[in-house]
Amino acid sequence: MHPAPSVIVFTVASGAGYGLLATLALLAAFGAILPSLWLGLVGFGLALGLITAGLLSSTLHLGHPERAWRAFSQWRSSWLSREGVAAVATYLPAGLLALLFTFFDPGRGTLAVLGLLTAAGAIATVFCTAMIYRSLKPIHAWCNHWTVPGYLALAAATGLALAFAVLGAFGDAAAGPVGIAAIVALAAAWWVKRSYWAFLEVVPGASTPETATGLGRIGKVRLLDPPHTGENFVTKEMGFRIARKHAGRLRVIAVIGGIVLPAAFVVIALATAQPLHSLAGAIAAVLALAGALVERWLFFAEAKHTAMLYYGATRA
Amino acid sequence: MTSYTTPTKRLGLVIDLDTCVGCHACAVNCKEWNAGGHSAPLTDLDPYGPNATGVWFNRVHSFEAGEGRAGRTVNFPRSCLHCDEPECVTVCPTGASYKRAEDGIVLVNPDTCIGCKLCSWACPYGAREYDEDEGVMKKCTLCVDRIYNETIPEPDRVPACVSTCPAHARHFGDLGDPDSAVSRLVAERGGYDLMPELGYRPVNKYLPPRPGKPAPPVQPAEPATEGLSGFLGWVDRMLSR
Ligand code: SF4
Ligand code: SF4
Repeated sequence: MHPAPSVIVFTVASGAGYGLLATLALLAAFGAILPSLWLGLVGFGLALGLITAGLLSSTLHLGHPERAWRAFSQWRSSWLSREGVAAVATYLPAGLLALLFTFFDPGRGTLAVLGLLTAAGAIATVFCTAMIYRSLKPIHAWCNHWTVPGYLALAAATGLALAFAVLGAFGDAAAGPVGIAAIVALAAAWWVKRSYWAFLEVVPGASTPETATGLGRIGKVRLLDPPHTGENFVTKEMGFRIARKHAGRLRVIAVIGGIVLPAAFVVIALATAQPLHSLAGAIAAVLALAGALVERWLFFAEAKHTAMLYYGATRA
Repeated sequence: MTSYTTPTKRLGLVIDLDTCVGCHACAVNCKEWNAGGHSAPLTDLDPYGPNATGVWFNRVHSFEAGEGRAGRTVNFPRSCLHCDEPECVTVCPTGASYKRAEDGIVLVNPDTCIGCKLCSWACPYGAREYDEDEGVMKKCTLCVDRIYNETIPEPDRVPACVSTCPAHARHFGDLGDPDSAVSRLVAERGGYDLMPELGYRPVNKYLPPRPGKPAPPVQPAEPATEGLSGFLGWVDRMLSR
């Protein structure tokens, strides 16, 4: 599948933003961080900023962005619509929580209710994003049980790395446990992606040129002549191909740069005092985000669509 | 919601892979009619340049199946199959994609489509083509503007591809009615679904190529030079040395 930059940036930025939002909301709900102006401005500001930038980026690839509001209507059948509804619904408790946490101290009860609602909304939105891909039957690399864990784990890993960087910079006592949680989430992301790639190696998609044409009854099917000599929408959108060699290298880059190194920098940060503590935390967060971009690019580039079986692909 | 009921009337096409000669007439007449039809225009980009692309609803591929004498060359027209379980419809966030309750035709409303392209990802058959110029999705309309059109003569009230096929490889009718001509054709010839494993339950059916006649036994050729005598024999012997 064509790796459109707007969709890659959207899913990574909003995933990290929701991860950070859920982390801060839960910490606030359980009283592990206390209302404060600067932590509120920077922490919730960064989370809501990433989410909003991501959502805006996702409208860039629409043919008619001015009609985007219509996408909220079909939540009963469409995961894309549900994602939109969940995203907007999450803004309500999240915005209120950010406002109260930053400028007022509403008390434990209110923070607990708003924090739990916000975290639930954030997780639900990432889940809906993953389900958009998970439910597309023509794309075997997406329509499998690794897609949802992959999105959730990456959102948690990048969100926790960001939370660690922010809390570390403020010298907040919650930084320590959050750092450990970030390492656990990065390890989980590594395990999920590894399992996903192993799954792609061993489990082929069900469709072949033989089932696509129904000509398997005669024998093996090969494309003799394509219908057109140039490109069309289908071959441009679904015919993206990446050499195995390049994919392999990018997987290594995503794992080392996006998981191993960020985890190492979190460890360094946990073991050092300021200013190295803050610096290492920031480096870990930036690396985790960059690695997630590579991972998401691969998620698209390596995915094959059954429509290409009509254009000479032998597997989808 | 973008729901659909499986209608009792299920209009669709039956495509005979035995007789299709791969002339692309159906694709060309489709483009011709639909460039001014329900989903008009079918935009072309860079039409006279080196990278011409454009929206078509019907594409004709050619495949080889099998090896050696048992192998066949099969021409294969491909367009929207107006599925009974069209996930292109259920994934649409706006309701712009819909399946008509009265006859099962799957259409896109160009006034509400936001051009998110998700429906094209959800279609296993590559049947939807996005119009970059108009920013909306386009697809086969089963010539909804011909088949009910009382201003054209009755015999022409079939999809443009069907009316133009010189090999009569395309048939149009109600596949929901077991007694219709198309349903009987499917039953007789063993018409089948494309990619049944994905569960979209296409309405359009394909008729398989008929089994080929066994090839006549090959007569071993007489070695040409044997028995040559006289001057020719001498030449042959000289040249074969
Ligand atoms: S062929 Fe594709 S576009 Fe047509 S109804 Fe089926 S899924 Fe939808
Ligand atoms: S491109 Fe248009 S018709 Fe297709 S899913 Fe998006 S809004 Fe619906």
